Amino acid sequence: MPRVVAAAIGALSIAVAVVASAEPPAGAVSCSGCHPASAKVTSPVPRLAGQDRAAIVRAMQDFRSGQRAGTVMDRIAKGFTDDEIQALADWFAAQK
Amino acid sequence: MKITRRRFLELGVVATASAAVLPVPTLAQGAGPRVVVVGGGFAGASCARGLRHVDPRIAVTLIEASPTFTACPFSNGVIAGLRELSAQQFTYEHVAADGITIARQLATAMDVPGKAVVLLDGRRVPYDRLVLAPGIDIRWGALPGYDEPTAAQMPHAWKAGEQTLLLRRQLEAMDDGGLVVISAPANPFRCPPGPYERASLIAHYLKTKKPKSKLLVLDAKDTFSKQRLFQSAWAELYPGLLEWVPLSKGGNVTSVDGATRTLVTDFGKHQAKVANVIPPQKAGRIAELAGVADRSGWCPIDPVTFESKLQPGIHVIGDAAIAGAMPKSAFAANSQAKTCAAAVALLLTGGTPPTPKLINTCYSLVAPDYGISVAGVYAPSNGQLADVPGSGGVSPSDAPRASRAAEAVLAEAWFRTITGEVFG
Repeated sequence: MPRVVAAAIGALSIAVAVVASAEPPAGAVSCSGCHPASAKVTSPVPRLAGQDRAAIVRAMQDFRSGQRAGTVMDRIAKGFTDDEIQALADWFAAQK
Repeated sequence: MKITRRRFLELGVVATASAAVLPVPTLAQGAGPRVVVVGGGFAGASCARGLRHVDPRIAVTLIEASPTFTACPFSNGVIAGLRELSAQQFTYEHVAADGITIARQLATAMDVPGKAVVLLDGRRVPYDRLVLAPGIDIRWGALPGYDEPTAAQMPHAWKAGEQTLLLRRQLEAMDDGGLVVISAPANPFRCPPGPYERASLIAHYLKTKKPKSKLLVLDAKDTFSKQRLFQSAWAELYPGLLEWVPLSKGGNVTSVDGATRTLVTDFGKHQAKVANVIPPQKAGRIAELAGVADRSGWCPIDPVTFESKLQPGIHVIGDAAIAGAMPKSAFAANSQAKTCAAAVALLLTGGTPPTPKLINTCYSLVAPDYGISVAGVYAPSNGQLADVPGSGGVSPSDAPRASRAAEAVLAEAWFRTITGEVFG
C-alpha cells in the first residue's frame, strides 16, 4: 500500500512538472510589449515566435556583452542569466 | 486535498462536454473559477485577455465604464498637434471576442467579505479572485485651489481624452508671445518622464508656430526621469524657449487660481496664458473602497503574484500598485498584467507561481524625430520589485542624431505593438 501511494505521488509530481514546463519562463511575457506577438502588427522589431533557438541565444548574449549594438536590448539583456536566456530561447523557438 | 492543475483541467473538459450536450449556456462558465478585472486600460484589458489565454476555463468579467479606451502614451503628441486623438482610441470588441464578459458600468462599491464588486446600477459581480487595475485618480484639493472646476481653466490632461483636447485648444488659441506654464508634481505619479516629454513637444509646437512664446516648467522635484537627456536636448533644440525651474529654485507650486491662471510658488507668482497643472495623484477610487490602498493612496502588493498586502484574494496591477522600482508606465502595466494573469491562474488551481522577471521600456519624444528611452529589468527582492543589478538604464548621452531618430521610430512601433496586443 505505501508503495502504491509513493508511486501515485511520483506520477503526480511528474504530471505537475510537465504542466509547469508549459508556463512561460521568467521574463517571457514582457517581451511582447515591443516584439509583436501577432503577425498583423507592422514593426521594425522582429517577432520572436518560431525564431531559431540558437539565434535568440546568440542575440541575447551579444547584446549583453556589448558585442552587438542595441537601442534598448543591450540594457535589457544585462538583466538575464545564461540559464534564463536558454529558457527564453526554448520558449520562443517552440512558439508558432 | 489540493486540486492539481491537470485535475482541474479534466473537470473543465467534462463541464465543457456536458455544456455541449445540454444547451445551458451558463453551465460551462459556472464550472470555472470567476475572475473579475476592474479597469480596461493597459493593465486591466491585458490581464483579462492573459487570463483567458493562460486558462480558457476561467470565467473573466472586465468591468469598464467607458466604451472607448483613450491611451495616454503619445497623447502629448495630440496636445502638440502632431496627431489626432482618434489615433489614441481603442474599443473592446476584440477583448470581448476572447470570451470575456464586459460589464460597461462603473464599479461603485465593494463587498470584500462577500467577494463581489457592486456596479452603479446595483448589480453584484461575484469573484473568486479580483484584479484591480483602476489607474489613477486626481487628488483634488491636495494642491490648494486645484479642484474639478479649475481643471476646465487649467487642464491637467493627465487622463487622456477631453482634457487632452482642451489643452491643445488653449495652446492653439494663444497669441504668439504668451507664457505657457506646466506644473509637475512630486513623486510618485503616472508616467515619470511624461511632464518632460510634454514640455518638449509643447516647446516644439511653440518653436514652429509661436516662436516668441515662452514655456516654464515649475517642478516640485530637483531631479526627474531621463533628466540629462532631456536637458541636453532642450539646450540644443529649445534654447531660451523652455525653462525648467526645480524645487530648490522655487519650482514647487503651492496654490493655483483658475480664474486668473495664476500659479503661486514659495518664490513668487506666475500668471500664465496657458497653464497645465499636473496635480498630485493616487490609485483609482475602487482601490480605496476595496481597502487595498494604504495611507500613501497607492497599493502595496506582493511582487510575485501582485496580490494586495492588505486584502487577500485581491490583486492590484498598473499605475495603482506600489511596484517598487517599476515606474507607472503602460509597458510596466502590461508586463505586470500578464505576470499577474499567470499567477492568478496558478493560484486558482492550487499552484505556486514562480518568481517572475519583469521588463519596462519607456520612450519619450523630445521632438517628432528625436526619441530617448529608459529600460529596466525587475525581480522580487525583499518583498519589492527591484532593479536587477547591472541591467537597465537610459539611452547613451553621446548618441548620434541617427539613433535619436531611430528611437523615435521605435517609439511609434512600440505604441502600435502594445495597443495591438492589448486591444487588437
